[in-house]
Amino acid sequence: MCAQIAACPACAVAPSAEELARMSEVTEARIMLSLPTVHCAACISAVERELSRAAGVKSARVNLTLKRVSIEAEADVTAEDMIAALACIGYEAHELDAGTLRATATDKGGRELLMRLAVAGFAMMNVMLLSVAVWAGAEAATRDLFHWISAIIALPAIAFSAQPFFRSAWAVLQVRRLNMDVPISLAILLASAMSLFETIQGGEHAYFDAALSLTFFLLAGRYLDHRTRAIARSAAEELAALEVPRAERIEGEELVTVPIAELAVGDLVRVKPGGRMPVDGEVVEGQSELDRSLLTGETAPVFTGPDCIVSAGEVNLTGPLTVRVLAAGEDTSLHRMADLVAMAESSKNRYTSLADKAAGIYAPGVHLLSFLAFIGWMFATGGDVRISLNVAVAVLIITCPCALGLAVPAVTTAASGRLFRRGMLIKDATALERLAEVDTVVFDKTGTLTQGAPKLENLGEFARRDLEVALALAQASAHPLAVSLASTAKEARVKPANIKSIQEVPGYGITGVWKGETIRLGRASWIGTKASTQTATYLQIGSEKPIEFVFADRLREGASEAVASLKAQGMTLCLISGDGSAAVESLARRLGFDDWVAEALPEDKSARVNMLSDAGAKVLMVGDGLNDTAALAAAHVSISPATALDAARVASDIVLLGNNLSPLGDATGIAKKATMRIKENFGIAAAYNAIAVPIALLGFATPLVAALAMSASSITVSLNALRLR
Amino acid sequence: MEILVYLIPISLFLGGLGLVAFFWTLRAKQYDDPEGDAHRILSDEWDDNPRP
Repeated sequence: MCAQIAACPACAVAPSAEELARMSEVTEARIMLSLPTVHCAACISAVERELSRAAGVKSARVNLTLKRVSIEAEADVTAEDMIAALACIGYEAHELDAGTLRATATDKGGRELLMRLAVAGFAMMNVMLLSVAVWAGAEAATRDLFHWISAIIALPAIAFSAQPFFRSAWAVLQVRRLNMDVPISLAILLASAMSLFETIQGGEHAYFDAALSLTFFLLAGRYLDHRTRAIARSAAEELAALEVPRAERIEGEELVTVPIAELAVGDLVRVKPGGRMPVDGEVVEGQSELDRSLLTGETAPVFTGPDCIVSAGEVNLTGPLTVRVLAAGEDTSLHRMADLVAMAESSKNRYTSLADKAAGIYAPGVHLLSFLAFIGWMFATGGDVRISLNVAVAVLIITCPCALGLAVPAVTTAASGRLFRRGMLIKDATALERLAEVDTVVFDKTGTLTQGAPKLENLGEFARRDLEVALALAQASAHPLAVSLASTAKEARVKPANIKSIQEVPGYGITGVWKGETIRLGRASWIGTKASTQTATYLQIGSEKPIEFVFADRLREGASEAVASLKAQGMTLCLISGDGSAAVESLARRLGFDDWVAEALPEDKSARVNMLSDAGAKVLMVGDGLNDTAALAAAHVSISPATALDAARVASDIVLLGNNLSPLGDATGIAKKATMRIKENFGIAAAYNAIAVPIALLGFATPLVAALAMSASSITVSLNALRLR
Repeated sequence: MEILVYLIPISLFLGGLGLVAFFWTLRAKQYDDPEGDAHRILSDEWDDNPRP
């Protein structure tokens, strides 16, 4: 039974203590990748085969439960190589920092709880068997013998297993407060002491089995709770480390890769095309274009050259840049954003979970009830302490929150397991409950609803000749517009024209010579034409009139399904983007948004979310950019995709591991169901108490009744929770 | 009823054996990847790198 609980529902979401411990022991190069899309035996062998074939890889092992692969390799193998290799066979992968997967005190705690659970389970089963004999009518010497054997098994087992409750209760009592562990510890201790006394006196009733099953069920709840929390914590740590921060510093003639923390103001940093700005700074050398979409939501690339100011988080597109550091580490604009987040977060922490609310009512009530029972029976029996104490203990045992202790953890474990299989990682313990209350959804555009990758819109408008020339030029560049243009043209079976001396002019475009004429593909200002309001690139052949290629952002997979499904659930939808109004409006109309805001600054986004919250709405914010972080933190609950910047992921409660947005619609449904199950569970526990408490108060409670009430309620609650899977 | 003198210690010993076995599985890291292990057994490929 113990093994069952350990192995089954929670494992689907939690990293086991041993797994983490093992990782920390290994000192050689080890790469950890998160694989959100693996799901079957064929995936395991495909991934492992592909990775083992790569040069320098010693071994690769997939953990399907945690959806990750750990690779042991030579020191020169990088995570990027592995991610590229997996992308070839169609698996999405994200780097995890193995350093943060240290075996911490948390994991030792998990193993310790499991040990205690096993001991309690073992003792409970044995004592229960002995008790069956007593309930069946064993008498006199046999009964005493069985009670004594029970005592010998139960007392050491309780002393070992129930320690977590005792410790926590003692800690709270010292500061003169009450929590759930106080009635629990009191019930366990009183029941053991009472039973021992009865056994010595040769009495009829001993509650050893009740004390043990109480310990066992509560430990089970505690263990599930621990695992959900542990994964929440480790997920936050691991994901924070997804983006390993390094920079290339120019030291004399050499480029040295250093951690960002070691950079100082005035250092020169080289940023390659495709690289992300590690610092705030000023361009010293080179020309290029910058993708600012993560910072501002703008989709169109922005030109940069010497003396231009760049901010951390922007992506360099075409040419290598040398940047002088103006602010590093905590002074960068990236970190100033974190202050906004910290301010917004404090409001979120005020949320009181359902479990805390229940405990607040429950803990004082139980004590009062059992104390009243004691006083009442003292009067009724004319001062018979033994009977009064017996009844008081029975009340305490029967009302004890066995089912309450399981009610929340069992549901959260089942629900987060189910969400994990859909590719969602719950980072915060109360996120599910908050998600269930949501009635307004605010989306970010760039990178969230769209992929942040442009797609050519007006392919049909061009002559074959122009397309052939454009394709030939575009093929030579890694600029996102060029890549998109080239791939669309190729799909339309356009053959590249034969162009000589192709040259990329970083920051401006590409030029070449075709049939003796100079051709250019690039920015409007460079070609010498007027730029349109949309994202576009221009082609000029010789001195002909330039032609315009218009691009629009591609929708993320599952975006329209997610929006449609949320709308069908009656949510108010809102789109807030930092992008230009034309692009935002067309997308909002296409997806069916009622409300949209364009050209929003990060402050505007969080202000808007706050305004909605003040008006009484429970806001779900879905966003990925740095400009969304403050809004993500301010919202009632927030979701960000795994492709988001780490700052955004840290600020959000739920992370979407896959590329597809469609699980969003299910998530609110699952969360609602989970909250409903939690409430049902409280109802079930209360119903059991409503029946059992009067019996106990009237003094009819035997150990058999206590055992039945306790096991039955715990099992009903667990089964009810499992319906979620 | 003298039989209890044997039966109770025997049953306790057997139960204890189960407890020890559980501790062993815990230490042998058998709960690392229950889902993966369930699927791996279906794979007809020879596992060259079985878990230590």
